[in-house]
Amino acid sequence: MAVTYEAIATQTLGSTASSVTFSSIPQTYTDVVYSIMTPTSAGTNTTIQFNGDSTTIYSHTQLYGDGSSANSLRGTDQSASLAGVSNGTASIRGNIMNYSNSTTYKTYLARGGAGGGTYLDAVVGLWRNTAAITSITFLASWPVGTVLTIYGIKAA
Amino acid sequence: MATYVEIASVTVGSGGSAYVEFTSIPNTYTDLLVKFSARSARTNDAGGSDGKLEFNGVTTGYSSRMLLQQGGAYSGTSSTLFYFVNSNNSTSNTFGNMEVYIPNYAGSGYKSVSIDAVDENNASSAYGVLTAGLWSNTAAITSLRLTDNNGGYMQYTTAYLYGIKKD
Repeated sequence: MAVTYEAIATQTLGSTASSVTFSSIPQTYTDVVYSIMTPTSAGTNTTIQFNGDSTTIYSHTQLYGDGSSANSLRGTDQSASLAGVSNGTASIRGNIMNYSNSTTYKTYLARGGAGGGTYLDAVVGLWRNTAAITSITFLASWPVGTVLTIYGIKAA
Repeated sequence: MATYVEIASVTVGSGGSAYVEFTSIPNTYTDLLVKFSARSARTNDAGGSDGKLEFNGVTTGYSSRMLLQQGGAYSGTSSTLFYFVNSNNSTSNTFGNMEVYIPNYAGSGYKSVSIDAVDENNASSAYGVLTAGLWSNTAAITSLRLTDNNGGYMQYTTAYLYGIKKD
């Protein structure tokens, strides 16, 4: 039976970091899923870049709550896109659909939040580039003990 | 070991059940994922029935922050790990849909929990909730219980527990 959901790579931080990159991502899957666990706050927002690109071709829409009110924000022409909030012991997950095609812009859906933190959110993001995604960089004030993992999901 | 493995499943029988529970969860995975399809016996709120998730039989140390919708959007907090499923006076034959994700469930830190839950009702009231939860306990999770707060889960409620391994 073909493997449908497979761990590609994981990084567990032994020291703090402002960015973590997964490179040489195989092009043999359909979607990529990322999962991040932070033992303590990584700052309010985490952001994502693809293929080392920091040009202002990212955009996102975020729905977030702070425990008393629900809000939404938009970001256009950004140098990185939101990837899920993490300001406490948090779980962040994202699904990057159809990452290896070379004909469409790349979109993803993400969820983030910390029960003991300030915010939780749901995000949709866009990278206006048709290139296949071969590397992913996550940016935040990553604390020691953060675990970042990417998985590949194969449609067939 | 495969990356995404079903550990156990539960299907509620004809008598219903106050809760759905998984016990003796092995500590050999990285994260846990629960898929839950449920209908509560509650009949006094067609919009849905709230429930709580607890670990290891422990009833304390929980907190959550939520985004909720019922036509409009609002946010709240709870001292439980909070979710909604369909109640028994919602649209017939309709079960709520929920996913729970627990990263690093067997680790020695506090446990972060993500819950996405919706119930749909072809009427004026239905709930959806995104929950960011925390269990302030360093114990590895060896059991988990989903408890309805309003009368228990009905027949055909199902829950599937999956283990996800990062390497």
